[in-house]
Amino acid sequence: MPIAASDIKWVEAPKLGFLGQLYLPIVYDGLKTTVSHIFSKKRTESYPEQEPTLPPNYRGVHRLNRDDQDRVKCVACYMCATACPAHCIDIVAAPAPASWTDREKYPETFVIDELRCIYCGMCEEACPVDAIELTTLYDLTGLSREQLIFDKEKLLSVFDITTKAGTDPVRSRSGALGPASERPVTA
Amino acid sequence: MPEFDLLTTAIIIGGLVLIVMSLVGYATLAERKVSAWIQDRVGPNRVGPFGLLQPLADGGKFFLKESPIPSHVDKVFYLLAPAAAMAIALMALAVVPWGGTTPPPKPVAVEMAADGKTLDYSKSVQEYDRVQGSYRDQFQGVIAPGLDIGIVYVFALGSLAIYGVILGGWSSDNKYSLLGSLRSSAQIISYEIPLGMSIVGVVLFAGSLNLETIIAWQKQNGWFLMFQPLAFLMFMVSVYAECNRLPFDLPEAEQELVGGYLTEYGSLKFGMFMLGEYTHMITTSFLMSIVFWGGWSLFGLEDSFTDPIAAAVLKASILGAKMLGFLLLYIVIRWTIPRFRFDQLMALAWKILIPLSLVHLLAAMIVRQYGLSMYVLTGISIGLFIAVGAIAAFYKIAPDNAPRRKVIPKMLPRVMVG
Repeated sequence: MPIAASDIKWVEAPKLGFLGQLYLPIVYDGLKTTVSHIFSKKRTESYPEQEPTLPPNYRGVHRLNRDDQDRVKCVACYMCATACPAHCIDIVAAPAPASWTDREKYPETFVIDELRCIYCGMCEEACPVDAIELTTLYDLTGLSREQLIFDKEKLLSVFDITTKAGTDPVRSRSGALGPASERPVTA
Repeated sequence: MPEFDLLTTAIIIGGLVLIVMSLVGYATLAERKVSAWIQDRVGPNRVGPFGLLQPLADGGKFFLKESPIPSHVDKVFYLLAPAAAMAIALMALAVVPWGGTTPPPKPVAVEMAADGKTLDYSKSVQEYDRVQGSYRDQFQGVIAPGLDIGIVYVFALGSLAIYGVILGGWSSDNKYSLLGSLRSSAQIISYEIPLGMSIVGVVLFAGSLNLETIIAWQKQNGWFLMFQPLAFLMFMVSVYAECNRLPFDLPEAEQELVGGYLTEYGSLKFGMFMLGEYTHMITTSFLMSIVFWGGWSLFGLEDSFTDPIAAAVLKASILGAKMLGFLLLYIVIRWTIPRFRFDQLMALAWKILIPLSLVHLLAAMIVRQYGLSMYVLTGISIGLFIAVGAIAAFYKIAPDNAPRRKVIPKMLPRVMVG
C-alpha cells in the first residue's frame, strides 16, 4: 500500500548559524562529548572473569523440578512435548509407583535434545504442574551431539545445581503438586 | 655531530626506524583502545597486561599469514603499491627533527682583498671552518641535519606517498579500489594547495625552509600558533585530508567502498599500507608540533638542564609529547566529526581553504614587508576566520540544500523531444 501524501512529513536540515559556520564551536562541543566518553563507565563485561547478571526469566538450559519428597515432579502428561515447536522433548510414561499417591503416571524417561531446542519457553508455559522450567544456565557446551541430549537424571541434576547455587530458586508451590495432578475421581 | 660517518648514520636510521615501527604498532593499539573507550568499551585486553602486547601479535600475524595475490591484478604494480606507500612514508621522516637541534649556520661572507679587485678567501675559509666545526660539535636530533629544503622535501614525499594508494587502487582491477584511488587523487590535488600555502606564511618569517631554523625562530620570537592560528587550522585540516583520516577518509570509506584501495590487499601487504599510513600520521604530527607549536621549545623549560644528555632527552620528550598529543587528537577527531560528503570535501578545499590561504598569505606578506608587529598578523588571522564564518552564515549565495526542481523543457520542438 502506498504511503498517503498526508502522512509524509518533509524535514529540512537545520540551518547552521554563525557559530555553526565557524565549525570550531561545533567541533569543540563534539570533542567534549567524545572526551567525556573516554572517562565514562565502560559497558563491557569481561566474560570469563566476569559473569553476566541475568534476569530471573532468562531462558537457558531446562531443569526438571523435584517435589518436596525429592521425586520428579513431572506427571508425564505430554503437554510440554505437544507444545514444543521444535519437537525436542521425548517422554515415555509409566504408571506411577503405588506409593506415589498424588498421581497416576510418571515419566519413565524424559529426554530433551538441547541442540534442537530453540529455548522459547513454551514447555514451561504448558506444564500444568510446574515441573519443567528454564534456568539461567547459559554456557552450555559439549564435545559431541550425544552429550547434549539430556535425560531425566541430567535434567534433575540441573535442578540440584541451580537451586544449590541459588541462581534459580524453586519458583512455585514449594514443591507441592498443583490441582492438575489430582487423581481423577472414579465412581 | 661529527663528520658524516656511514656507520653512525646507519645506526641512527636503524634505531629511529625501529622506534617509529614500534610507535606505529602502539599507535594502532592506541587507536583501538581510545576508540573503544570513546564507545564505552574496554578494547583489546587479552594479549599481555592491558593488551599491551597486541601490536606484537598483530605484526606476527601479518608476517605469518598467507599472502594471496588475486589472479586478476596487475602483479608488478599491485606489489609495488604497498612497498611504495611504506618506503616513502619512512623516507619523509629523515628530515623531521625528533629532538634538540641547532639551525645550520648561515653562509659566510667573502671579503674583498686589500687591492679592492679580488676576493680574499683565506679569512672566509677559516670562518667557515670555525662555524661548521662548532655546528658539527653539537648534537642534532635529526637523521639528515641541515637539509635546506627540509619542509619541501617532506611535502614532496608526503604527496608522493599517495602514489601507493593510486597504484594500489589502479592495479587491483576492482571497481571499489579504483573509486577509492580516484577519490584519493582528487583529494590530494585539492588539499596539497592549502597545505603548502599555509606553510609559506611561516617560511616567510623564519626565512628558511629548514625545519631546525623554523624551530630556532620560534624559540626566539614565539610560536607560530600565536601569530598565524588560521594557518595552523588550515594546515591541520589539509593534513587530515592528506592522511586519509576521518572526517576525510573517503578513499577507504568502509561503508561506501568496502575498503577502497585496500579491498584486494591482505596480510603483510595490507600491513605495509597501514604502516605507511600511521607513519604518515606520525610525520605530520611532528610537522604540526614543529612548524606551529615551537618544536622542542616550551616557554624556556627546555633550557632547565645544562647537562647535554639530559637536555637532549628533555627536548626529545617535549617534542615527543606534543607529537603524541596530535596523534591522540587524530583519534579523538575520528569519533567526533562524521565523514564529509565528497562534494563537501571538494567545496571545503576549493571554495574556502584555497582562497582563505591565499588571503592569509597576502596578509603575512604585508606584515613582513612593512615590518609590522607580529600581533597584527594574529589579529588578521583571527579576523579572517570570523569573516569567513560570517560570510558563510549571512551571505548565502547558492544554498547547497535548496530543493532541486525538475526542469521540463517546454520550448523544445516536438521532433527533438520525440
